[in-house]
Amino acid sequence: MSNEVADVLIIGAGASGAAVAWSLAETKMRIVCLEQGGWMNPAAYPSTGRDWEARFWGDFSPSPNIRARPEDYPINDDNSPIKVVNFNGVGGGTVMYTAHFPRLHPSDFRVRTLDGVADDWPIDYATLEPFFDENDRITGVSGLAGDPAFPPRADPPMPPLPLGRSGTILGRAMNKLGWHWWPSDVAVATVEYEGRARCINLGHCTPGCAQGAKASTDITYWPLARRAGVELRTHCRVREITTNEHGMASGVVYYDVEGVERFQAAEVVVLACNGVGTPRLLLNSASGRFPNGLANSSGLVGRNLMFHPYAQVYGYVEEETDSNRAPPTCIWSKEFYETDPERGFVRGYAFQFGRGVGPVMEAVTSEAKGLLPWGAEHHAVFRRLNGHRLNVSAICEDLPEAHNRVTLDPELKDCHGIPAPRIDYTIGENTARMMEHGIARAKEVLDAAGARDICVNSPILYGGWHLLGTARMGTDPERSVVNEWGRSHDVRNLFIVDGSLFVTSGGVNPTSTIQALALYVADQMKRRLANLFD
Amino acid sequence: MSDANALTVRQREDLRALAATMIPASAEYGVPGADDPAIQAEILGCCGGREAPLVRTALDQLAALAGGSFASLDPVSREAVAMELRATGGAPAAALIRVVLQCYYRDERVVRSLGREPRPPFPQGHTLEPGDWSLLDAVRARAPSWRPSS
Repeated sequence: MSNEVADVLIIGAGASGAAVAWSLAETKMRIVCLEQGGWMNPAAYPSTGRDWEARFWGDFSPSPNIRARPEDYPINDDNSPIKVVNFNGVGGGTVMYTAHFPRLHPSDFRVRTLDGVADDWPIDYATLEPFFDENDRITGVSGLAGDPAFPPRADPPMPPLPLGRSGTILGRAMNKLGWHWWPSDVAVATVEYEGRARCINLGHCTPGCAQGAKASTDITYWPLARRAGVELRTHCRVREITTNEHGMASGVVYYDVEGVERFQAAEVVVLACNGVGTPRLLLNSASGRFPNGLANSSGLVGRNLMFHPYAQVYGYVEEETDSNRAPPTCIWSKEFYETDPERGFVRGYAFQFGRGVGPVMEAVTSEAKGLLPWGAEHHAVFRRLNGHRLNVSAICEDLPEAHNRVTLDPELKDCHGIPAPRIDYTIGENTARMMEHGIARAKEVLDAAGARDICVNSPILYGGWHLLGTARMGTDPERSVVNEWGRSHDVRNLFIVDGSLFVTSGGVNPTSTIQALALYVADQMKRRLANLFD
Repeated sequence: MSDANALTVRQREDLRALAATMIPASAEYGVPGADDPAIQAEILGCCGGREAPLVRTALDQLAALAGGSFASLDPVSREAVAMELRATGGAPAAALIRVVLQCYYRDERVVRSLGREPRPPFPQGHTLEPGDWSLLDAVRARAPSWRPSS
């Protein structure tokens, strides 16, 4: 490991950091990535042990506050009805995601123009389309072309996941209602792909795929980037980004694996720390020249935090479902995605359908819902529930609201003494009406499927998977943090490539769009290398 | 101190009695109760570490509701006290109940009774039925529903 000046320093080795690293590697610049977590060992993922379900409440909890691995930092999300979910390690959130891989729609980039709320993005879907396609190829996405709810696009590299029992029951229900549905785009290998075996249906996909069929960037982009010469240093937690007398980023102060404070100089700094980690780092990089945080002359760093509030509804059918013996994702619906003002709200949501859960999760959640008696009746009731659940979740668009924000907690710190993020968030009125609509429609779907004992979780408490909007892109420095190709308005050698860039959230999982954006920013950087700081 | 020693003798007795109240043995389904020795050993193994504070608090709550030893109560009283803990015990009770359930529902005998193999998902995986893609025909026939951006 050398401490020479890096041409490009990337902070974060997750979805976007990996994509940027891979894309920039062809320039042969000296590229270093600092990641506060480590390499994951698939042999240690929960699905390799008998206690695989129970680890959801322990070391593989989606919440960093519960999980409390050494690589985690605490987050004060007491003032939010949705708790932040993240993961630190090589692969970042792609280690712990469910690999649902939709793209934002063309209309998602023109919310102000089309629906009179929020703002338009400074770029459009057409600009990102080649990068979506490239990311699908590198990641390995399975799906089915021809979805009438989405514009024509290149065929996904692999065929879709099988419908299974759950997808069949749900598809029939949707057909009965006359509503749109389609097999989901999923970042799971359904055939042999680029040296990865096809999915063998471990089912416990979200907390790490022991088989490597689920695409996480530690097995997709990073091997390619490292072979191309990118240096990835793990267990290196960045404390602050430093600047020089010219107001340019000069490097970062970080703690290495031994906890020793070090400085890495850099010509260009790229932030890829997600919609909570990125504003946290920028705010922690305040200085005399940047008293309100680095790159924050707009005052928008940390503001406009958007989750996707999930309205989850589930019920129980007579037939046996796939339960947790297959990837949780199967089909989606865009029936209520595009705006219809007659619904009483603008924008919309996607339905993400779930195949079912395993016995332990069924027991614990049914107990919490009061469905599971104690005593002699327990066994019969449990057997009516177990293996019969179907899930319908509305992924609701969140509008950007300035009071929803990430700041620095005045007291809470991580194990290196770095101030932790604090979340202040409320669900907006438009989204609340949307969630009610989604719950009602989801109940109709489950009724059409013949389900009973309907349960609702709204919002899903540990549903802050999607962290967006807190360093938005735009052409106006007073109303955005970075420009239309990801460069900070204030600091011309500072770039952001993660979900912080989002101007609006859309109503679908963001990873595909995050990575397309990262590839786009990297491409812009390569095109402008000769005058990158102009 | 081992995990098993994280609880006192009284707490372990109360835990076993509570588990039996929650999930009794069933000859009909051929399964042990949650007070089965092997399942109890699993539960005790989970009661240390990060779960310990909440579990101990819940068992103390149980004892307080029972006016002493929960395990010493008659069955009717046990059921009433158990229900009261369930209703009023908050986060500690929820944690204790979850530990009992997660250990019970990974016991080999219980898993087999559910028609499943008692093994981790990896490396064998499972088989997923292909399904019938002709179900999509009705959707394919629909007009495009996406909005252009301009």
